[in-house]
Order: sequence, then C-alpha cells, then structure tokens
Amino acid sequence: MSEIFDKLQMYFSYPFVRYALIVGVLIALCSSLLGVTLVLKRFSFIGDGLSHVAFGAMSVATVLGLTQEMLLVLPVTVISAILLLWTGSSKKIKGDAAVAMVSVGTMAIGYMVMNLSSNSVNVSGDVCTSLFGSTAILTLSRTDLLLCSILSGVVVVLFILFYNRIFSVTFDENFAKAAGARTNEMNLFIAVIIAVIIVVSMKLVGSLLVSALIIFPALAAMRVFKSFMSVTICSAVFSVVCTLIGILVSILYGTPVGSTIVCADMIGFMIFFVFGLKTGRG
Amino acid sequence: MAEEIAKRAELICRGLALGYENQILISDLNFDVNEGDYLCIVGENGAGKSTLMRTILRLQKPLAGSVLYGDGLTANQLGYLPQQTVVQRDFPASVREVVLSGCQSKLGMHAFYPKRLKELAQTNMERMGVDHLAKRCYRELSGGQQQRVLLARALCATERMLFLDEPVAGLDPKVTIEMYRLIAQLNAEGTTILMITHDIHMAAKYASHILHLGQEVFFGTTEEYRASKIGKRYLDDESAETAEMEEEVLK
Repeated sequence: MSEIFDKLQMYFSYPFVRYALIVGVLIALCSSLLGVTLVLKRFSFIGDGLSHVAFGAMSVATVLGLTQEMLLVLPVTVISAILLLWTGSSKKIKGDAAVAMVSVGTMAIGYMVMNLSSNSVNVSGDVCTSLFGSTAILTLSRTDLLLCSILSGVVVVLFILFYNRIFSVTFDENFAKAAGARTNEMNLFIAVIIAVIIVVSMKLVGSLLVSALIIFPALAAMRVFKSFMSVTICSAVFSVVCTLIGILVSILYGTPVGSTIVCADMIGFMIFFVFGLKTGRG
Repeated sequence: MAEEIAKRAELICRGLALGYENQILISDLNFDVNEGDYLCIVGENGAGKSTLMRTILRLQKPLAGSVLYGDGLTANQLGYLPQQTVVQRDFPASVREVVLSGCQSKLGMHAFYPKRLKELAQTNMERMGVDHLAKRCYRELSGGQQQRVLLARALCATERMLFLDEPVAGLDPKVTIEMYRLIAQLNAEGTTILMITHDIHMAAKYASHILHLGQEVFFGTTEEYRASKIGKRYLDDESAETAEMEEEVLK
C-alpha cells in the first residue's frame, strides 16, 4: 500500500501531472452536467452522432497538419449540432436516421482521409487515439490543457446561469413555449453546449467513449436521487470521483486513461443501481 | 355593441382552418372567449381539439385564419396544462421544482428565482393543496396529485387564462369530480378557462360556453347547446347514467 502512495507522491511532484488531474476534474464536471437533459430529452443519440463528427473533423485537422486541432474540430462539431437539431425537429427526415447518416458518413471520411495522407507515420495509432483517447492523459499538450480548462469553465458557468431555463425546457417544452419561453433558442443553446462538451471530453476519453462520460453519471444519480437539483449535484460528484479514480489508476498501472475512466463509471453505476434497488427508489 | 364585445374579448379566433398538410380537420372556425368565461371544447377523437388548443397557444401555425389576443393579453400570460408526456414519467424532479418552473416567464433577466416568485409558487401549491408534497418526487405521485401540481405550475405562469388539455384523463371518478370542482373554483375566482374534455355532461354542468368540434361545429353558451339539436343528441345519449354515477361517488 505504501508503495502506491510513494509512487503517487513521486508523480505529484511533477507539475504536469497535477495539471492533468485538474483538467480531468474540470472535464468530468462539465460533461456530467447536461447528462440528465440529454437522457430525458432523447438527445443521447445526438451526443453519440456528434462524437463521430468530431472524430471526422479531428482526422481532417491531423492530416492538414494543424497544430491546434480544436480550432477546426470545435466549429465543425457546433455547426453539426445545430444542423442535427434542425433536421431532428422537421418531420420530413427522421431525426435519428439523419444522425445515423451523418455520424457514419463523417467517420468514414475521417478514416479515409487519415489513411490516404502520407504525413502520418502511425495511422492506426492516430486513429486509435482519436477513438479511445490519449494513451495517457500526461501526453496532452499544454495548450490542450489550457483550452480544455477554459472551455469547461465556460460550460459550467453557463449551465449554472441557465439552470432554471434548462430545467423547464427539459421537463415540459410545450408548457414553457406556451408561457412565452424561447424554447427553440434554448434547444439550440443546449445543442451547442453539448457540442462543446463533446469536443472537450474527446481529449480525455476519445470520441467513442464520450457518451459514457456524459450519460453514466446522470443515469447513476437518477437511480438514487429524486429532485433535479440533487440528481445534478450527485452526477457532478459521481463523475469527478470516477474520473479521478480512473486517472490515478491509469497513472499507477499504465492503463489507457479513457477506458479506465469509463470502467470506473461503469462500476460506480452498478453500485448506485444496487443501492437504488435496495432503497426501493428509482 | 360590437365595440363593447371586442373590448372584453380576451381571445378572438377568426376563419381558423386547422389540420395537417393534406388533411383539413376544421375550416372557417369563429369564436370569442371573454374574460371569466369557462369554455369547454368537446368532440370525438381526431376532431382537432388538441390541434386547436396548440394553435391558440401558438405552438403550431393555423392553415388559415388568425388567433388574436385581446385586452392586453400576451403570450406569457397563458398557462397550459398539457397531456402528460413520456419524458415526465421518469423525470427526477421535486414538486417544488415543477411548480417553480411555472414562474419561468417572469424571470426576465434573472438567472435564479427571486423570493417573490418562490412565494408565488408556495401560494399556488397551497391553493391546490399540494404544499405538503413539496419535497416529494413528481413521478411518484398519484395521477390526481400530479394534475394538481401541474395546475399550480400553470397558475404560476398566469392568473388570467388557463388551457387544460383533458385534465381528468386517467383519473378515477372521485378524483375527476374533485378536479372539476377545483377548476370551477378557479373560474369563480376570475381565471378564464379553456378546457378540452371527453365528458360532455361535465362540460354542460360546469362550462359557460361549449365548442363542439366534428362533422357539425357548434359554438355558443351552454344553454344554447342544451337547446340545440347537436347538444340534445349528445347530451341525451348517456346523461342519466353519468349523473347517477356522480351522485353515487359523492355519497
């Protein structure tokens, strides 16, 4: 046991390890906040679709040799979010079908572009990183860390400011609209925030695993808690704790950081699930 | 005379045509709702009752015609009690949170509910007799309790005009009658009521005006409806039966 602590202490003496932890916590916090809205508004498929779009954009950015991929990935994902929401609300094209088309299409393009370009030495390595996250959070660059923290911070602040409006548009959109709320703008706003969250969390866990980071905390919290406020707080805490455990385990045992975090989320969910059954709630 | 009516009218529908792309449900519908009215919209399934309500609430556009709000009524003074959605069935929210969300249109530029609105929510919970449930989870309440909570929420949005879309659907007879009384009481306190209902007899008992949608369209006061052909046909069908049932339940 003391060996583990010694090892951790050694790692913590490096500033970049501490930065990584801080960023991990921030990403975990902001990705968990909108989980309830996503799950209940049946937006989860949009989240999943967007992560594939983000993968495609990431590949293109890598091939183009952009030093800061996020400058391309972020706008592309945000625009896709807006488009997907739009088509989802029109009845002519089925929303989920549109999402499936876009997400599969962008993934194919992304992989193709990566393969065709000869710039990259290690194609499968690059693809793997985009899909499942960096092999270790410690390999993230300083600008990555900075950008991630700023974006997560913005998301958290916006969420707090719009908390009440997000609640009412999630709970009963028709009522809110009849009472004069600008629900279309709110939906757009939520979609844009989701896009930002996905781009940010992709750095941590990779595009295939992003949904897990968003949805597990909310589902776990909903098993046990009964008010929107308590569910939101609980999912934030749940997400931060699981991410911390995931990062620490991955540092100690050299496991890939993204999948370790998701495994921690899964175990956490199971604990909450059992607890929910025992207390007869959920 | 005409001017006098126009002044009191809160809602004026002129030449409304409703429906979907290739199917017209209702055409050339005209009616007014005045302050303090209690209008029941009745008719068979698929006659366009909910569509009409959604159009008045500006949730969807009419195929033709117009809906005008009169007497200084604006969109953020409409309280709506929609039919329950699937989302609400597993939504984690306390009763207080749900009722408070009715105040949202009064938030303005605030991010959080000021004390004034929290008190408004509390008052309306007390009026609807759900204040003791404030901390309970909405989805764990009985159907009647849920409807009371949603009524309290609608009251937070407005005191002037409530739109109720089948507020008694799925409630047992005793709770149904309580619900009708509660709504009548709100109307007596000055709130204009527009309600969709399946129960023509209850409509004729409580409402001041009836709008009957279907093959034939009728709009007028309840007395006129009772005297009309269509009213007679529908009311005589099963009136004795329902009246008996109500008596029984009340005993």
